[in-house]
Amino acid sequence: MELCTKTASELIGMLRAGEIDPIDIVDSTFKRINDKEPDVKAFIAVLEESARKRAEELKDADRSLPLYGIPVAVKDNMCMEGAQTTCGSKILTPFEPPYDATVVEKLKAAGAVIVGKTNMDEFAMGSSCEWSAHHPTRNPWDLERAPGGSSGGSAAAVAACECAMSLGSDTGGSIRQPASLCGVVGMKPTYGAVSRYGLVAFASSLDQIGPFARDVRDCAMLLDVICGHDPKDSTSIDREPPDHVAALDAGAAGMTVGMIKDLFGEGVEPGVRERVSAAAEVFEKMGAKIKEIEMPIVKYALPAYYLIAPAEASSNLARYDGVQYGMREDADDIVSMFRKTRRAGFGAEVKRRIMLGTYALSAGYYDAYYLRALKVRTLIVKEFEKAFAECDILMSPTSPSTAFKLNEKIDDPLAMYMMDICTIPVNLAGLPGMSIPCGLSDGLPVGLQLIGPTLGEQALLRAARAFEIGSGICGMMPGEKMD
Amino acid sequence: MKLTREEVREVAYLSRIEMTDEELDRMTGQLGAILDYADMLNELDLEGVEPTSHVIPMKNVMREDVVKESCGVEKALMNAPDRFGDFFRVPKVIDEGEGH
Repeated sequence: MELCTKTASELIGMLRAGEIDPIDIVDSTFKRINDKEPDVKAFIAVLEESARKRAEELKDADRSLPLYGIPVAVKDNMCMEGAQTTCGSKILTPFEPPYDATVVEKLKAAGAVIVGKTNMDEFAMGSSCEWSAHHPTRNPWDLERAPGGSSGGSAAAVAACECAMSLGSDTGGSIRQPASLCGVVGMKPTYGAVSRYGLVAFASSLDQIGPFARDVRDCAMLLDVICGHDPKDSTSIDREPPDHVAALDAGAAGMTVGMIKDLFGEGVEPGVRERVSAAAEVFEKMGAKIKEIEMPIVKYALPAYYLIAPAEASSNLARYDGVQYGMREDADDIVSMFRKTRRAGFGAEVKRRIMLGTYALSAGYYDAYYLRALKVRTLIVKEFEKAFAECDILMSPTSPSTAFKLNEKIDDPLAMYMMDICTIPVNLAGLPGMSIPCGLSDGLPVGLQLIGPTLGEQALLRAARAFEIGSGICGMMPGEKMD
Repeated sequence: MKLTREEVREVAYLSRIEMTDEELDRMTGQLGAILDYADMLNELDLEGVEPTSHVIPMKNVMREDVVKESCGVEKALMNAPDRFGDFFRVPKVIDEGEGH
């Protein structure tokens, strides 16, 4: 078996035993990348030179580092010195950040080898990766289909074995939905569990960085490396982070898993509903109790989100004005320069959201739209609290459908927004959520979403690992279809 | 509440995004559809409900007022679209030429 297809924990075992060196993994990884990239296009920038240099340096480094020699890809909205950070946007082409994001710093300190910056919908706004200003990414399971988004590149790179693990960001489902569509594991940690310093801001009260991996153990390993308080991010939670890997093997026996009935209804494909319902039986087999939960408020999460997130984005993206970095269109006066630069630099979806947010915050509409949405957010938080009074974790489909065709939804913003109907409530409540593969429907991966209470990552990972054991679904690969 | 093209023109100006009439027309239709969808929130009784802008308790984070090393002029200016000495240069700011 090629090294690039192994999980990080398998590779770490081999590295520590001295059977292989980091450069062997890098060789295998870049062979794979060169092979797959013409089709998959998961990366905006492949960093082969710096990765090789890093692997050479690591040869004599401490092999007990938690991610020693592991090839990791980083979404292109996280700053890294010495490489471009474009956020999938023309307006940040070119932009070379003068510092590392905290997560990048942590990856480096953990001994990881960063292999590239992955493709994304512009400024993380989108659910298909088609809104990237560079190129769309294709789903490794079926090259005619989208990988999901916005972290579609990070999900596709892991699915195609172009790296063992990757980082994404999730504002309304941007880690979990592409994880679901690409058949990999993806987690959005509790809001504040991972530092956002150096993550380009989209909607600051919702954004969170999280891991992608091919199995639950690798996901926990990467989470252990990136989580924790950061003085540079005042919204990061100040506490001693737990050992997530140590919590993995506690099993699901005795857990109460709530099925959110409202997320199994209208709009969910029958194949998805079947696979996710079957997952409940796996939990029962593993000794958990299944409880049906009604949460009628969740259907209001999507409209609330599409007022709150654009409102925050309209403010965050005001900084792209052609003054300090990025591109500029020349004009005689400064306001014309702003308007021409933003016209040329932003794509259609980003313009739509900036304008929606500006409208929702403008005098006369603030109460009717933005304030109302914030009140609905309170109701969503409360309804989750109620559910967690009776359940340890909750479950639902991650995405209402399997991977859809490229170009299928690009002209219909609302149809695209609906792809996040199951994931958005979790962001509004700031909870941890993950997507794990739970089978195939018509040959395409289906994702099971697990949701935990605030800082309940350990319970989530433990249940997810129990599901892998109980179902035998672990490390799904699109191999046969691609090769 | 029906969104008009004139309102969208004003929002585009506030957002500092130049748009053609044709783009304004398309945007009016698309934003209108999203706002119609958002009207679903009117079904809920929100009397007495407090708004949530942040899910974790937010407080000011204070630190000692001590001078630390900063990134330096060269790094700060390395991405400048138009650098003039140690400054970012921009077109003239006063006497805003273009109205809306």
